[in-house]
Amino acid sequence: MTVKGKVVGVYGNMISVEFDGNVQMNEVAYLVLGDKKLKSEVIRIRGKQAEMQIFEISKGIGIGNPVEFSAGLLSSTVGPGLLGQIYDGLQNPLPQLAEQCGFFLERGVYLDPLPGDKKWVFTPHAQPGDRLTRGEVLGSVPEGIFTHKIMVPFNLYASYTVKKIAPTGNYTIHDIIAELEDQQGNAVSVTMSFNWPVKRAVDAYAERLKPVDPLVTQIRIIDTLFPVCRGGTYCIPGPFGSGKTVLQQLISRYADIDIVIIAACGERAGEVVETLREFPGLPDPRTGRTLMERTIIICNTSSMPVAAREASVYTAVTLGEYYRQMGLNVLLLADSTSRWAQAMREMSGRLEEIPGEEAFPAYLESVIAAFYERSGIVRNKDGSIGSITIGGTISPAGGNFEEPVTQATLKVVGAFHGLSRERSDARRYPAIHPLESWSKYNGIVDRKKVKFARDVLFRSDEVAQMMKVVGEEGTSLDDFIAYLKGEFFDAVFLQQNAFDPVDASTPRERQHYVFEKLLQILVAVLEMSDKDDARSFFNQMRQKFLDWNGTEMNTDEFRSIETELMNMLRSREVEKLERIYNSQEQSGEGDAKNIQHHQRDIR
Amino acid sequence: MRKIYNTISEISGNVISVYAEGIKYGEMAEITSAHGKSLAEVIRLERDKVSLQVFAGGRGISTGDEVRFSSSPMKVSFSDDLMGRIFDGKGYPRDNGPRLSENLIEIGGPSVNPAKRIIPRNMIRTGIPMIDLFNTLVESQKLPIFSISGEPYNELLARIAMQAEVDLIILGGCGLKYDDYLFFKDTLEAGGSLSRSILFVHTAADPVVECLMVPDISLAVAEKFALKGKRILVLITDMTNFSDAMKEIAITMEQVPSNRGYPGDLYSQLAARYEKAVDFEGAGSITILAVTTMPGDDVTHPIPDNTGYITEGQFYLRHGRIEPFGSLSRLKQLVNAKTRDDHRALMDGMIKIYASYKETLEKRSMGFKMSAWDEKLLHYGVLFEDELMNLSVNIPLEKALDKGWEILAECFTPEETGFRTELLNRFWPKKEAS
Repeated sequence: MTVKGKVVGVYGNMISVEFDGNVQMNEVAYLVLGDKKLKSEVIRIRGKQAEMQIFEISKGIGIGNPVEFSAGLLSSTVGPGLLGQIYDGLQNPLPQLAEQCGFFLERGVYLDPLPGDKKWVFTPHAQPGDRLTRGEVLGSVPEGIFTHKIMVPFNLYASYTVKKIAPTGNYTIHDIIAELEDQQGNAVSVTMSFNWPVKRAVDAYAERLKPVDPLVTQIRIIDTLFPVCRGGTYCIPGPFGSGKTVLQQLISRYADIDIVIIAACGERAGEVVETLREFPGLPDPRTGRTLMERTIIICNTSSMPVAAREASVYTAVTLGEYYRQMGLNVLLLADSTSRWAQAMREMSGRLEEIPGEEAFPAYLESVIAAFYERSGIVRNKDGSIGSITIGGTISPAGGNFEEPVTQATLKVVGAFHGLSRERSDARRYPAIHPLESWSKYNGIVDRKKVKFARDVLFRSDEVAQMMKVVGEEGTSLDDFIAYLKGEFFDAVFLQQNAFDPVDASTPRERQHYVFEKLLQILVAVLEMSDKDDARSFFNQMRQKFLDWNGTEMNTDEFRSIETELMNMLRSREVEKLERIYNSQEQSGEGDAKNIQHHQRDIR
Repeated sequence: MRKIYNTISEISGNVISVYAEGIKYGEMAEITSAHGKSLAEVIRLERDKVSLQVFAGGRGISTGDEVRFSSSPMKVSFSDDLMGRIFDGKGYPRDNGPRLSENLIEIGGPSVNPAKRIIPRNMIRTGIPMIDLFNTLVESQKLPIFSISGEPYNELLARIAMQAEVDLIILGGCGLKYDDYLFFKDTLEAGGSLSRSILFVHTAADPVVECLMVPDISLAVAEKFALKGKRILVLITDMTNFSDAMKEIAITMEQVPSNRGYPGDLYSQLAARYEKAVDFEGAGSITILAVTTMPGDDVTHPIPDNTGYITEGQFYLRHGRIEPFGSLSRLKQLVNAKTRDDHRALMDGMIKIYASYKETLEKRSMGFKMSAWDEKLLHYGVLFEDELMNLSVNIPLEKALDKGWEILAECFTPEETGFRTELLNRFWPKKEAS
């Protein structure tokens, strides 16, 4: 028997409901309003009154409206057919919704997330008599370029014997493909799809591993300086207009990953539209199929109901966890987690909870931590390795990173890509700040070399700060060269032209190769007559290097520019100091300074 | 059925509470007090206690006044008769014309399905070179004009209202000074643009709650016209007043403030309005330009800050000009490739040289000696500011581009400008005698 209740209060998107019987925390209920049923979720229970957040506009709700509790938690439907879909935060397929309702999002219309009539070619892997537990493989269907494993539903917690399994053939997601029996002899029928509560992490794997393999994004400043690992986490905070979304879009295109899930959470609809309209036409560099075939978009833009925004990131991560169980590598891009945190803040305010900093709820940090902890690389029960990498953007108020959401996120992520207004104003893209950002992961380049390269940047910045005070005249030539080296490194390697077909994405081998050459330039002790000479030398080198960045690797042109570059360098080079970053001993601070000292000694 | 109640149990600021039954969230009511009638909207229900925000404010309302519920949410009349008319924040006439009551539509309707949106593709010509040439306005774009008190932002809006090539202008005034309202009215009348405009004006003297209605009412009407195939430009001034009105109500309702007293949902509230900007496939479009005066010229203040995260770029209006630095139309790349071949190059090139001019100005103010190149830059800067940045200039894009080349040719030799040779060959003014 379903539990029923009635509305006794309405305040914004929060309703208070008096109920009879038992309700669960986070249970889904439907508010009956005329011929419509509006979805809502229990967020607090006090005695016989429950506070619920409603996932729709609350206009027109009155005292006494009936409420039907569903006895289930807010869940996602998983199964074949998820790839290529565009959902709202509650997993409503938006294109189908548009077919039914036209231009506007009508409230109270909920459609099936998965196509119910599509036939999938099922191949059984399990045999009658096999003993299986949750997450183990029953069979598979092809879904686009992937083999979609059909598993024992994660919500079946016992150990089961396979009684019957469907033979190879065409089935819909509603057809029964296996009959299982638990140890007590209870029979369970299994189809290809099932529901999983979004706010619970999927844990049907054998063990969780440590993320070690770098996830190559083909963005140089990330892969070389501030790498991300498969199964790791990173965040991109930045003020408005600093290019967060563009950076996420680039990563979604070029990252070396099986499946990308984009959670557009409380941001502009226009940006989602670009992805929505362009991805079906863009080829996936790895497979040649379109990018859309490996993408799921969860789209709850800023003007859509706030409560569903809170749900959208959980829906996204749940779908990711489902594919991870098949041994696939998933990248979840959440844009932006600040809007998600604000949704929590709104609800907390309505609940009249005691506010924490900037009125965010006191549990903000633990909720953010729990979300990022759903990332990870795991070994599944069949031995396959799957991962979810989570990358979240943050939109800090006033561009100030000292705010609660940024600070709470920095505690739990493995890499921090801080975007800066100065860099984006100077059109230095991607605007990741090379001095303030950090990563705890191992990248594709030896750490020592990376450290050396960063020292060059620090030194260059020091000189730049000094020059602001004493002017160019008051700066020594050696300092000036150190400054130019840093600027050069920034211009030719850290900055990347997203509109250039070649430069937009730099594969792993090329980054390795180019970085080695770059180091030779950075480490060289150079002979310069004066500052103008030095400046024009580096200008020429920069121009050449940028041309080099724009040519395909391993072409004749590539090799000839490389030779020219190296010849230019040799013509000025006095001594090589590669031992500085190759030496076995622990290299201390100020490697870049060492070069300068050498430079002075030689002269 | 209309329900009437005679006992008001609480009055606090602009919010009153009544014990009533069968009331819906968002429903409108009419309150009759000794000082006249006022509309009120239900903003909270707690069992039989109903809280309403009173449009005319709480002042003068007695506990014994009559509250008459209408059983329907806020609505506005929609028809072609709206054209050329001026209304207040409630949708009542301000221009002595007849009150319209047919074909009522709800305001603050649902959001557009993102799957139905399309990538913006058309520019809106305004005849203002700083917009058309350097930061092109695109149909369905939402842009704020960040400014400070005392700047001529209303003059700029009026100019855009008269010059923009759209079918219909809807002007929403939030907390306008009465003089400014008259200025808009007179300017549009004199310019002959009133007939293609609809004005919803809340003046600073009107009750603050009505201010909250202006954007919703303007955008609801815009949406209906857009669905009928019209290209609409919605101009709103000033969103800061709107946000402050929201703050006032939130504090009265004892909501926990988040940042400088503003409610935690400021972002969502602003986004719900700005996101109404849309290009309907197969129908019309809504473009939004909204003035946001930055308190203390501080862009990190919650209002401009949240706005910046929502909108697709921004115009900075400073010293009576649209600043070339910082101003950005994020969608311009989508349209300026197909206007004229020199558009993009000129847009970037001229601003780069203008940036050098600014550096030279700084050098000069520090007493450095001016080189021949500096002199050229100084000449260029003055011409650029007078002939392109000046907001009173009204020329089509093509003329503006030609003008740009003329200015360059007057100041520099072709090589000095750094443009690609191919462009110089095509566009550099030929018959320069000297």
